[in-house]
Amino acid sequence: MNAKPEKFIIDGLRLDGRRPDELRPLKISAGVLKRADGSCYLELGANKVMAAVYGPRQVHPRHMQDATKAIVRYRYNMASFSVGDRKRPGPDRRSIEISKVCRDAFQPVVIKERHPRLAIDVFVEVLQAGAGTRTAGINAASVALADAGIAMKSLVASCAVGKVDDTLVLDLMKEEDNYGQADMPIAVIPTTGEITLLQMDGHLTRDEFGTGFKMAMEGCQKIHEAQKEALAKCYQMKDDGGEQVGE
Amino acid sequence: MGSNNIIAEIQRDHMYNLLMRGERVDGRAFDEYRPISIETGVIARAEGSAHVKIGESQVVVGVKIQIGTPFSDTPDKGVIITNAELIPMASPSFESGPPKDYAIELARLVDRGIRESKALDLDRLCIEEGEKVWMVFIDIHALDYDGNLVDAASLGALAALLTATIPNKKYEVSDEDVQLTVREMPIAVTAIEFEGEIMVDPCLHEEAVASSRITVISNQDGSICGIQKIGTDSLTEDQVNRAVDMAINKAREIRERFFINI
Repeated sequence: MNAKPEKFIIDGLRLDGRRPDELRPLKISAGVLKRADGSCYLELGANKVMAAVYGPRQVHPRHMQDATKAIVRYRYNMASFSVGDRKRPGPDRRSIEISKVCRDAFQPVVIKERHPRLAIDVFVEVLQAGAGTRTAGINAASVALADAGIAMKSLVASCAVGKVDDTLVLDLMKEEDNYGQADMPIAVIPTTGEITLLQMDGHLTRDEFGTGFKMAMEGCQKIHEAQKEALAKCYQMKDDGGEQVGE
Repeated sequence: MGSNNIIAEIQRDHMYNLLMRGERVDGRAFDEYRPISIETGVIARAEGSAHVKIGESQVVVGVKIQIGTPFSDTPDKGVIITNAELIPMASPSFESGPPKDYAIELARLVDRGIRESKALDLDRLCIEEGEKVWMVFIDIHALDYDGNLVDAASLGALAALLTATIPNKKYEVSDEDVQLTVREMPIAVTAIEFEGEIMVDPCLHEEAVASSRITVISNQDGSICGIQKIGTDSLTEDQVNRAVDMAINKAREIRERFFINI
């Protein structure tokens, strides 16, 4: 792990040259996997995540099925090589919690009543981790769900705000995440501003919370635009009979 | 937890009708907790312990403090490990076996409050850098689940830590046991959102009916050290802000009532 930087913000700019309210470079490609019903590859800063959606499909084990609506399942998983020290493969407590809150982040938008007894399975693989993997995963999963043709009220966009050197910063990078004073990932329905995921740890005053929240909201709006663009691009190419792969 | 609850469907109507009159199922105000009781030192074999009741919900939290080796990335820091057992005794909906996601979420939320508020000075829990550190195990045992286990467990963890001793004698570190230093008093306050209203300390029925709740953990100076939205529904920004304000106020009340003299 890198040592803690002496200062996180120099002359108003962050370690990677961003302004406090700036996102890292974002690249989204929809429809990149052949077998999955929907998929998305997303890079956000150093993060590289792949999301795949299967379904609506039969539920196994059967007792999990809901006679009135589809169930949504979400698996967030980090590849063992995605982090500095090799991560032991398979779910751990952190990834189980993340899977749960991410699943719940999609419950309000997926129109589950359309598919009683069926399951919509979302798989998110973090191939390279660089702070903010859960938000990157949600952004990719959202596009993958749309790519799979799952009926949704809206996409979901997600982004974190944090605090370093007593300054609120959008979309934490690794050093800011490791040594910062706070981290607050949120996910929203961009069209209505409703919040579907909210977590926070660290230290924020009441005022910082309010201001940071608004910053994160704006970040989500920008991500939402990129998500729509990626989907449009993917389907435009499909119409032209061209390559289905995003780029 | 709530999805299997058949009563929920009937209760929802009932709760809605009451809400129209500004009431809750058990007659409480929207910002009112059920009776809270905290008893510390209930387990003699644990270094710290507490039995917490919020209404009919009951948890026992035991703190064990032992010597272990530090994590390789923090060789000079003690270790906090928080675990929650939602044992089948506490509810017909709890099953034996490895912890389910909601139990892990509960434990991680309690852990977040203690860790992020820096209530424990991890540097002081180091005995010999890279070799020996104190490991603080916070184990949460739910006995009776009548809603809002998060707040009960958090109160229990804090109370148990505040009354915990470091067992120097047992481990031959020195010949005197000392009190564990606790520098902050993070209090978790959970509220549900139901039909646009924010209600603190949901009982079982309310928890089953409301599809979303939010836990806000705040410090003595009113700053926030942890938040988690739990559940399948969305919240508006206004609802979040109301819940945060209510949580900070309630936390202050609880802290003054139970912890200032502990």
